[in-house]
Amino acid sequence: MTVPELDSEQVAVYQRPDALSDTNTHYCPGCTHGVAHRLIAEVVDEMGLRERMIGVASVGCSVFAYNYFDFDFVQSPHGRAPAMATGIKRVLPDRIVLTYQGDGDLASIGMAEVVHAAARGENITCIFINNTNYGMTGGQMAPTTLPGQKTTSSPNGRDVEVNGYPIRTAELLSKLDGASYVVRRSLHDPKNIRLAKKAIRTAFEVQKRGLGFSMVELLSICPTNWGMTPRQAIQWLEEKMIPFYALGDYKVNPSVADIKI
Amino acid sequence: MAKEMMKGNEAVAEAAIRAGVQAYFGYPITPQTELLEWMSRRMPEEGRAFVQAESELAAINMVYGAACTGRRVMSSSSSPGVSLMLEGISYMAGTEVPAVIVDVMRGGPGLGNIQPSQSDYNQIVHGGGHGDYHPIVLAPCSVQESIDLTVLAFDLAEKYRSIVIILSDGSIGQMMEPAELPPMMPLKTSFPEWAVDGAAGRERRFLSSIYMDAPAEEVANMRLLNRWAKIRENEIRYKEYYLDDAEYAIVGFGSAGRVALSAVRQAREMGIKVGLLRPISLNPFPVDAIEALGKRVKGILVVEMNTGQMLDDVLLATRGKVPVEFYGRTGGVIPFPDEVVSAVQRLAAGPIVTTGHPRDRWMKFMSFLN
Ligand SMILES: Cc1ncc(C[n+]2csc(CCOP(=O)(O)OP(=O)(O)O)c2C)c(N)n1
Ligand code: SF4
Repeated sequence: MTVPELDSEQVAVYQRPDALSDTNTHYCPGCTHGVAHRLIAEVVDEMGLRERMIGVASVGCSVFAYNYFDFDFVQSPHGRAPAMATGIKRVLPDRIVLTYQGDGDLASIGMAEVVHAAARGENITCIFINNTNYGMTGGQMAPTTLPGQKTTSSPNGRDVEVNGYPIRTAELLSKLDGASYVVRRSLHDPKNIRLAKKAIRTAFEVQKRGLGFSMVELLSICPTNWGMTPRQAIQWLEEKMIPFYALGDYKVNPSVADIKI
Repeated sequence: MAKEMMKGNEAVAEAAIRAGVQAYFGYPITPQTELLEWMSRRMPEEGRAFVQAESELAAINMVYGAACTGRRVMSSSSSPGVSLMLEGISYMAGTEVPAVIVDVMRGGPGLGNIQPSQSDYNQIVHGGGHGDYHPIVLAPCSVQESIDLTVLAFDLAEKYRSIVIILSDGSIGQMMEPAELPPMMPLKTSFPEWAVDGAAGRERRFLSSIYMDAPAEEVANMRLLNRWAKIRENEIRYKEYYLDDAEYAIVGFGSAGRVALSAVRQAREMGIKVGLLRPISLNPFPVDAIEALGKRVKGILVVEMNTGQMLDDVLLATRGKVPVEFYGRTGGVIPFPDEVVSAVQRLAAGPIVTTGHPRDRWMKFMSFLN
């Protein structure tokens, strides 16, 4: 893509962040994975962290995240990103290590890894995309699928008697002493997107100051597998997800509270 | 440096530290745990990374992450734990990052027991994890050899961007013997051009095992295979004992090779001209040496602490040119040298059988035991 030169009268108000590669993503139209990527990249730029960042991509729709960020990346087995991040952080403690995981990845197959990374107070940041299903494999039931929600593997709607209850991950991790900063935000409108960015910024500050584990859960949409237009999906998120997954700060370590952004 | 009495597992741990391991991640499992415990004390003393992971799954992925930074890194476990690590091992093979894994084998399948065994030979030597890759596998038979192979393992792992597995067993891990450690080597200060350690003043790098395009995956797999061909050319290791005038030969590795050596000495006292070939690199396997051996002797006896896993590789190497017999104990039972001597005597007494499978003849023999 070529960017036209600005003449002296014009001011650029919106540009690709340096930390984002100049490439197209494979995400579906309207998918909020792209929004989350951009927020991370903006924060990396603003904090000047590009040369210190190491990302850990997971298995899910964001498996190719390493192509979209312009900083160092590895790609982990399904669910194991917090373990890989631990390995990296322990040998390179002054780097900023980020995992980017979906809800199947983090809250199902990788629940043990994230719980123990949090319990150890591992000084890493997990960005957790909660879109209530397994996007990449075609919309199966996830640990976050809402009661009654139809997916390709809960065709009659999630029956909690049979399939159990959804997991509220932020609440769960917030109970661990090693977790310093655990919050839930949403990507459904500009105001919430700004709040999400602020949370990502705070999480990186937490890590930069060595204050321990941080996780930002982001409520996201998957229009393709939800069988909705992006606009309908945004509405569904607001009406169905937020009442179940309340937005808010679940753990803010007192030393984190001092961070002003 | 003088020899000191050392336990196998602890000797491996200290050897790795001296070889410059910068991070260790593990999970307790008998008969390997002393290795983890040693690391928990010594790694922090040296200012290096140690984490007792929540599982072997986590441990191997911590290894994977640390390996991606180009630093020396290792884990250790025993059979059931290594089964859990295989996904991560396959990913590391696909990503072409070096790592050293120690497998102190115990009796199986399942939870099995904590006695020494060699029953994971097929799992480890013939791949284990999914996909087209070949790990380097080294089998020590003593505490000293465990130390030497640990140091070698780090060099080979880096040289070939490969997984190196030290395939030991509960007996070697637990035994105490006098042995000599290498001097402390300095930590690496330069790192490979693929290392992911933060894009300071350079283009970003990424490491993954994904090749969505099948022809690209084929190219990657052929690159691994070509590297493997070089490993086969340069890294075959084995040791021969009393083979110069031997009429019969035993092939055995690790603990079984050690028992076989005692048996060879006893049989020699009885006047049977028998020798031993002990493979040290199980992968790459000393195929040519065993083929040549088959042409020199009247019969070969394979001795293992399993139901005949390396046996199949010996049969392939000898191509039916020499009679092969098998003697093994399984489930954590260690054969006594006397049992092996009897097997040598039976082989030497004849008649030489060339039909059927040696494992079937051994099974028949074992049924008399019970
Ligand atoms: C060990 C293993 N099991 C299963 C899979 C198949 N798989 C790939 S992506 C995926 C689901 C990912 O869903 P989620 O984490 O919710 O991310 P999303 O795609 O929704 O962003 C699964 C099950 C795999 N790659 N590896
Ligand atoms: S399948 Fe869903 S989560 Fe995946 S890219 Fe498409 S919309 Fe996004």
